[in-house]
Amino acid sequence: MKNKVNREIPDEILASTGYKPFESVEYGHQVNQRVAPKVQATTGPNKVVESIDKIVEETVRDGMTISFHHHFREGDFVFNMVMRSIIDHGLKDLTLAPSSLTNVMNDIVVEAIEKGVVTNITSSGMRGSLGDVVSHGALKNPVIFRSHGGRARAIENGDIKIDVAFLGVPNADEMGNANGMNGETAFGSLGYALMDAQYANTLVLITDDLKPYPNTPASIKQTQVDYVVKVDKVGDPDKIGSGATRFTKDPKELQIAKMVNDVIIHSPYFKEGFSFQTGSGGAALAVTRFLRQAMLDNHITASFALGGITKPTIDLLEEGLVKKIMDVQDFDKGAAFSMKSNPNQQEIDASWYADPANKGAMVDKLDVAILSALEIDTKFNVNVMSGSDGVIRGAIGGHQDAATAKLTIISAPLVRGRIATIVPDVTTVITPGDSIDVVVTEIGLAINPKRTDLIEALSKVPGLPIYTIEELQERAQKIVGTPEPLQFTDRVVALAEYRDGTLIDVIKQVKD
Amino acid sequence: MEIKKTAMAGTLESSDIQIMLSQGSNGLEFDLVSDVAKQFGKAIQATITDVLNTYDIHDAKVKVVDKGALDMVVKARAITVVQRALDMADEPDWKVI
Repeated sequence: MKNKVNREIPDEILASTGYKPFESVEYGHQVNQRVAPKVQATTGPNKVVESIDKIVEETVRDGMTISFHHHFREGDFVFNMVMRSIIDHGLKDLTLAPSSLTNVMNDIVVEAIEKGVVTNITSSGMRGSLGDVVSHGALKNPVIFRSHGGRARAIENGDIKIDVAFLGVPNADEMGNANGMNGETAFGSLGYALMDAQYANTLVLITDDLKPYPNTPASIKQTQVDYVVKVDKVGDPDKIGSGATRFTKDPKELQIAKMVNDVIIHSPYFKEGFSFQTGSGGAALAVTRFLRQAMLDNHITASFALGGITKPTIDLLEEGLVKKIMDVQDFDKGAAFSMKSNPNQQEIDASWYADPANKGAMVDKLDVAILSALEIDTKFNVNVMSGSDGVIRGAIGGHQDAATAKLTIISAPLVRGRIATIVPDVTTVITPGDSIDVVVTEIGLAINPKRTDLIEALSKVPGLPIYTIEELQERAQKIVGTPEPLQFTDRVVALAEYRDGTLIDVIKQVKD
Repeated sequence: MEIKKTAMAGTLESSDIQIMLSQGSNGLEFDLVSDVAKQFGKAIQATITDVLNTYDIHDAKVKVVDKGALDMVVKARAITVVQRALDMADEPDWKVI
């Protein structure tokens, strides 16, 4: 059947998985029963175990669900160490349920798939060689992609039941009190991992820095931890977050950023106490810079900045232009290292950040979100998951969640090389057009027709070229030509959940 | 017309296309590498074939490494590589251009 974003969801998928098709971006006031983890009482003097192998032997069994976080990003050593041990122990039929998968994890996941060690995956996304093999049908069962808020919801309600969580941390004491903000391999917020810490039946911390007891501040607490493993190194500090963020000189990105800024400051939301979330791309960082000037000029401060945090946002905090940073993850060193010294940089877990099924998430209070896209279609639907060749190469991240902001702006170039960004129909719908308000490209912007208030407010702004989304799509097509339609087989290789747990789209195996 | 020498035009920069043209005897034999081959492979071949036909070239080996070039770039590089292969780069055929 077709869901509300006009995507064909095969009936056999609905029947075999029990999923409901996507209906609406409104979550309403559903009542959900949460699950609770099994807890084995511990009373010993410490929980330190000498090797990962020993822990794997003791805790992991065939068919279990294991989880990891991706806060070490491309500098992660923990995932590879644990998965190596799991593969070498000949375990089978595991479900891999990390918060996301970074490129540094690809090779070993591919190996685990080929050897039948991993037969199910749920993740925010995947890229590179892993996305490629999955798109070619290597995994036995379809991958389930969930947003960060969606994963939090799925963990809380038991859709993801984590048997063993392996969480790498830059520091911990012998009982498992740990945080992400201190030490050489600090990555800042432990936001996504805090879900695993709260709900996993067995929690294994892996660290290279055993601190004197008790280690504080404790984001992960000893009450949650079963084992602590000391290893030589949990990660490569140089690859955990990018270094100093350079201000983009790309005229196209600057043009987009300037226009995004114009949209924000001429919207009804730009007033004292507003809130915003920006991403980490070149244009998004430039927006932060323009926004700073606009805030100074208009004597406006923001009540909070949300999401994945970068150094330019920290600068706004330290300048007093942003009162609080609500921090679920940190994209660069500047943001990661400032957490320990900035009491107003509040660590939040994924549920607090973005979960639709709790008693109030930060995104519900969010005024302005600036997000990116691989593709946007004329219905304003956004794809951040599959490439123009149909191969999985992205992640939902917080896209669906932050897009529920009062003003959601997608910033994207009209074309990338010979690939149009604005298309008649996106390859995969990840974020429904209903939650997208404005699309900004270097030649101008398009406003969702249902936002008549924004059309009126922005039409008065001199020098702001406004098009219909169809006009932008035609402009893009005129530049690049008409692509041949992609070829897929009938086999479903991945399911994309909307943040409420309904199915927004399926991804099929590519035909090569 | 007959190809006098193997010639190349274009670079491997993004949004460019590199075309190598050499003698052949079995029609136009394409060897095309492109990140957008699935969407635009046929379009790229068609544009190059058009240019070759304009110069009355019907037998050639055409090696193409495309980096997402737009159609006008494909055409420009194709004209250049033909003129070089025909040894007429110094006196371009303005009618064709």
